[in-house]
Amino acid sequence: MSTQLASERAAVRRRTVRAMLIWALGPATMLAGVVWAFLQPYRITLLHPHGQGFWWLAIEPPLLVVLAGIVFAFLIAPGVIEDLDAEEHGP
Amino acid sequence: MQPPAEFVHWMFATGFLLLGLFLLAQAIVGDEVWRRRAWRAYLWPGLAFLLGILMWPVMVFFTNSTVHMLAHGSWAQVMMLAGGAELGLVRGKLHSRYWRLTMPLAFLVSGAAFLIHEQNTWYFARSAFLHHLIGWTMVVCAIFPLAAVFRPRSTLFRTGFALTFVVLGVMLYCDRDVAPIFGHLSSQAGTPHR
Repeated sequence: MSTQLASERAAVRRRTVRAMLIWALGPATMLAGVVWAFLQPYRITLLHPHGQGFWWLAIEPPLLVVLAGIVFAFLIAPGVIEDLDAEEHGP
Repeated sequence: MQPPAEFVHWMFATGFLLLGLFLLAQAIVGDEVWRRRAWRAYLWPGLAFLLGILMWPVMVFFTNSTVHMLAHGSWAQVMMLAGGAELGLVRGKLHSRYWRLTMPLAFLVSGAAFLIHEQNTWYFARSAFLHHLIGWTMVVCAIFPLAAVFRPRSTLFRTGFALTFVVLGVMLYCDRDVAPIFGHLSSQAGTPHR
């Protein structure tokens, strides 16, 4: 009985770790973009937009990294975590 | 209105970063959980296929030599092939797991195209350095999708496969039209504009 309990707890712990990893992927990506923006602020042309062309204003790599993190954090991660939870509790 | 080449690299870098994040998430939670929602199963194969399609306009509008056109064309074809094969497998139209060999093939063809179409040495300019680095990274990292064909549940191979796309994204973000690499810039490369 205790062996079964221990293995169930281990399985729950694994699922919790996986959920944490999924939750952290988006914010970690966003953080990487923000750190990059601080390291190379001249890449954020919105801070000094005068005289910049369309592409320099539209495509700013650190912001693209933040955007990728936002897409993952808000569109992908919640559903995956929900499904991990469902796997734990459901049949 | 046509963007300079470096912007195209950065847009593709974002695509590869997302591809890496999706694959990493799938590797973490496993196929059963990832495919609980049907649309999610098509997510990364669809993105890979889309990136292949988008490579065609790059081939048409950013061709400054025949070898560039061949390189971009070969990337477009192998990305569509690998993405399409995975879409077929997910949909159930294809059954053999050996269709997944299209992904290591895409890695090898892409890596070779990077290495062959870069005519300059490593320290000529940053773009030359990155072409060599990306080429060798793709050739070496082809081991991950190749091994995953035979060990599909291996977390190591699947994580390595996912992180390869993240690393490729980082390298593409580093690309500039004309910029030094570790202080080296050939006088023939041109003048850095920013």
